[in-house]
Amino acid sequence: MKKYIDTGKKDTRSGFGEGLLKAGQADERVVALTADLKGSLKMDAFAAEFPERFIQCGIAEANMVGAAAGLAIAGKIPFIGSFAEFVTGRVYDQLRQEVAYGQTNVKIASSHAGITLGEDGATHQTMEDIALMRALPGMVVLNPCDYNQTMQATLAAAKYDGPVYLRFGRPSVPNFTDPEQPFEIGKAYVMNEGKDVTVFCCGHLVWEALQAAEALEAEGISVEVVNVATIKPIDEDAVVASVKKTGKAIVAEEHNMAGGLGEAIAGVLARKCPAPLAFMNGEDRFGQTGKPAELMALYGLDAAHIAGKVREIVK
Amino acid sequence: MTKEQLEKIASQVRRDIIRMVTAAGSGHPGGSMSTADILTALYFEVMDHDPATWKRDGKGQDQFILSAGHLAPVYYSVLARAGYFPVSELGTLRKLGSRLQGHPSVRRGLPGITQASGSLGQGVSVAAGLALAKKMDGDKKHVVYVLCGDGESEEGQIWEGAEFATHHALGNLIGITDWNGQQIDGSTESVCGGGDLQLKWQAFGWNTVTADGHDMEAILTAFAKAREMGKKTNRPTMILFKTDMGHGVDFMAGTHKWHGKAPSQEQCSEALAQLEETLGDY
Repeated sequence: MKKYIDTGKKDTRSGFGEGLLKAGQADERVVALTADLKGSLKMDAFAAEFPERFIQCGIAEANMVGAAAGLAIAGKIPFIGSFAEFVTGRVYDQLRQEVAYGQTNVKIASSHAGITLGEDGATHQTMEDIALMRALPGMVVLNPCDYNQTMQATLAAAKYDGPVYLRFGRPSVPNFTDPEQPFEIGKAYVMNEGKDVTVFCCGHLVWEALQAAEALEAEGISVEVVNVATIKPIDEDAVVASVKKTGKAIVAEEHNMAGGLGEAIAGVLARKCPAPLAFMNGEDRFGQTGKPAELMALYGLDAAHIAGKVREIVK
Repeated sequence: MTKEQLEKIASQVRRDIIRMVTAAGSGHPGGSMSTADILTALYFEVMDHDPATWKRDGKGQDQFILSAGHLAPVYYSVLARAGYFPVSELGTLRKLGSRLQGHPSVRRGLPGITQASGSLGQGVSVAAGLALAKKMDGDKKHVVYVLCGDGESEEGQIWEGAEFATHHALGNLIGITDWNGQQIDGSTESVCGGGDLQLKWQAFGWNTVTADGHDMEAILTAFAKAREMGKKTNRPTMILFKTDMGHGVDFMAGTHKWHGKAPSQEQCSEALAQLEETLGDY
């Protein structure tokens, strides 16, 4: 089992903040917009260093999307930042017309995604955003797993020519990937090689899956953990190669069952490599108030639940 | 260009609109007819633009955003007549494979189209982003125009865009409202668009100018005034043009009934008899 060290808990949104600052330093076309959530999106450092390239939009997300499209048409590389629900569900039509159909180079920075937003409850905990963004033609959908990878994914998004949905979270979580490893859009990362079952996962679930794999190793179960950090376009070759080896798979994600990573993986396997497949997700439910760890346990998304599901499927 | 020359172009644009929509069998002639004079003035006299060097990023030129995307017929006709693409292409409106999609698209390589539109209420935001980019890039000479319908102004995002443009001191943003008082379900007053649009824009911090949208001289004066006001105040300016939906054809004018309906062949002939062919039909 490959060993991963938690170098200290950090929030993935701060990884975005560092990535945004670095992207801004590397390319003067990078601009940042927010709808009154500069602090929550960790845009403070960028705003301090580049005040003339930081654009406060107030609590008006629809306008923010349109303004970003205008800036992109004029040659800027705009990052728009808000909570996941408010940069997807609230502005779906604006993203569809101005960004996806309109082919503008806008980057959607989506924080506080999923159930781990915690105490604010279901109005803010979007579990549907991946489905919405996957449905838009040409939209790239990313959900990196920790601070370091989110920082690198932000740099990759800035360099990519086209719309990108970049999903990350609020809570402090283990930081364990290589800070120097460039993020490749479209690549699924094999975090641990195994032979009995594959766990496909993204975002906060990657660390949980690695913890589960470590526990199961002691029981003689060999788990392959694949971090599908790019959900669209999905790395079909990596998905197929892994399942051809292990013969069965589990998908774990902080998202509703409809339209998320699970269905993306199921689509690939159904077409190219049918195999037993189990899903771990928010099912067809809304979230609720609670601490992130409590909610992860309640919704069956922590390492203990992943290990339990693996035991079931390898029987 | 003289007022008379512009009026002649506008007459041909109206003929184009009627012929295009009739041939397509669907589309939105009403608002296209009411804005024909305004867009003719804009593209043939007011805007600093060049079809030969036009690029989507709009650098070094004035820019135009059509927020009310269903006014595609007038937009396409004016662009073609101004030299952005061959007028012969106007007959392909709404046909399979055409660059002239039912609502403007940036995916077909049609010159002159800066952004897709059709879902209403979004153009002020896009234009504000373009205007902000010009300001960031130090272009003090050029401005961005955006055309909205009065019915469209029931959309909340219009007013998000309005406050954003004021907050960011976009004196280089000029809005145009086609204030024809009609929308698809009836008069704006009867549907949901009551109240004084001029007062609404003023309340959001914009300069306002009102003018007769079918009087070429008044249109040109209004545009000149708007540019001057924007420059002086560093605030965006809205020109509210009083217009008639369907203007130029007696049986189409002043009613919502021609908002989104194509004329029959007979109605087309009757309409064309009222519109002088000045530049040659496509």
